[in-house]
Amino acid sequence: MIDDPVNKHYKFTIPREDLMTPGHSACPGCGEPLALRYLLKALGPRTVINLPAGCAAIIPGVWPRYSLKVPLVDHAFECTAAVSSGIRAALDKKGVEDVTVVGWAGDGGTVDIGLQALSGAVDRSTDFLYVMYDNEAYMNTGIQCSGATPCGAWTTTTPGGKHIQKRHDKKPIMEMMIANGIVYGGTVSVAYPEDFIRTIRRAKSIKGPKFIHAYSPCPSGWRMDPRKAIEVSRLAVRTGMFPLYEFQEGRYRFTKEIKKRKPVEEYLRLQGRFKHLTPADVAEVQALVDREYEELEAKVEAGRR
Amino acid sequence: MHRTYKDLPSEPVAMQSTEDIITGTWRSIRPVVNEDKCIRCYMCWKYCPDMSIIVEKEGDYPTVDLDHCKGCGICSNECPRGAIKMQREVL
Repeated sequence: MIDDPVNKHYKFTIPREDLMTPGHSACPGCGEPLALRYLLKALGPRTVINLPAGCAAIIPGVWPRYSLKVPLVDHAFECTAAVSSGIRAALDKKGVEDVTVVGWAGDGGTVDIGLQALSGAVDRSTDFLYVMYDNEAYMNTGIQCSGATPCGAWTTTTPGGKHIQKRHDKKPIMEMMIANGIVYGGTVSVAYPEDFIRTIRRAKSIKGPKFIHAYSPCPSGWRMDPRKAIEVSRLAVRTGMFPLYEFQEGRYRFTKEIKKRKPVEEYLRLQGRFKHLTPADVAEVQALVDREYEELEAKVEAGRR
Repeated sequence: MHRTYKDLPSEPVAMQSTEDIITGTWRSIRPVVNEDKCIRCYMCWKYCPDMSIIVEKEGDYPTVDLDHCKGCGICSNECPRGAIKMQREVL
């Protein structure tokens, strides 16, 4: 991948300090420890994380060992945002103001199971940061289809073959949250760490409910070579499958604008979960991505005026 | 270390870092850095999910922490100059 700018001055482009230790139990090539690492680099040590069941509950390690250098609360699947609200209330009562409360949940724990708690916390205007790491299925329990599984993807509950089980696209979680009243929303990808850290820092500087949608590749669930994890994440942005944008004060803005989008076939062909798609199916996915990207472009254009 | 329940802490708090878990045993291929080709862009350090690429200070060549590297190969795929090659582990 030579087309990304290479730093020739031997400088670190992202903060040096890691608030995470090696030895955690993520699969080789997993995008999630990478996302956690960037998140903690951006937020610093004054952070409290709370997380539900999911891959994230396992990755920090088995007691008595722990791989993060910030406090963490583990709780039931559906109450991520409710627990964040509780932590925030406790900190407010104690008069602690400089601590960021982060709810860190997977796509299943956000778009399906934790949706009502999240909606409630946004409705109460809790000052917290909700990060949804999106690996596009219930990966921890064995690759079951979730509300965030993309059109045409194979999972154990939506088998591939002649009849594709999932013909519609992911739930528009960002639109749902914007309609719900978040003050800041943003999408980030592990393939663009500088953009990731900039977006998280901007979210941290704003008071109120914030929602971040983070793209996190899963080599074992997506049936791909672990070494391609970052390449696939980069292609997801370049093909328009996962556009990087932010929402603030009623305006949309691209944080990574793609002038000329690549065909989605390049993205689909790197992953075994899209192996069964025929050229007609690929054209269908392309049409879906085109339509959604054009809708987003229209919103960004409306925000410029 | 913990003989009876009285030796346990009163609430569930993690006391040790995961650094003493040797995840390097999961590996079947290992990254080898070729310093002649390396331009010190630190792409490998940036994208390593296991914090196993170690750069002591700016300007140094990256080294690999083989105790924790799981051998995913992201560093070798992302290196813009192809300076990292994955080699099969020999038992």
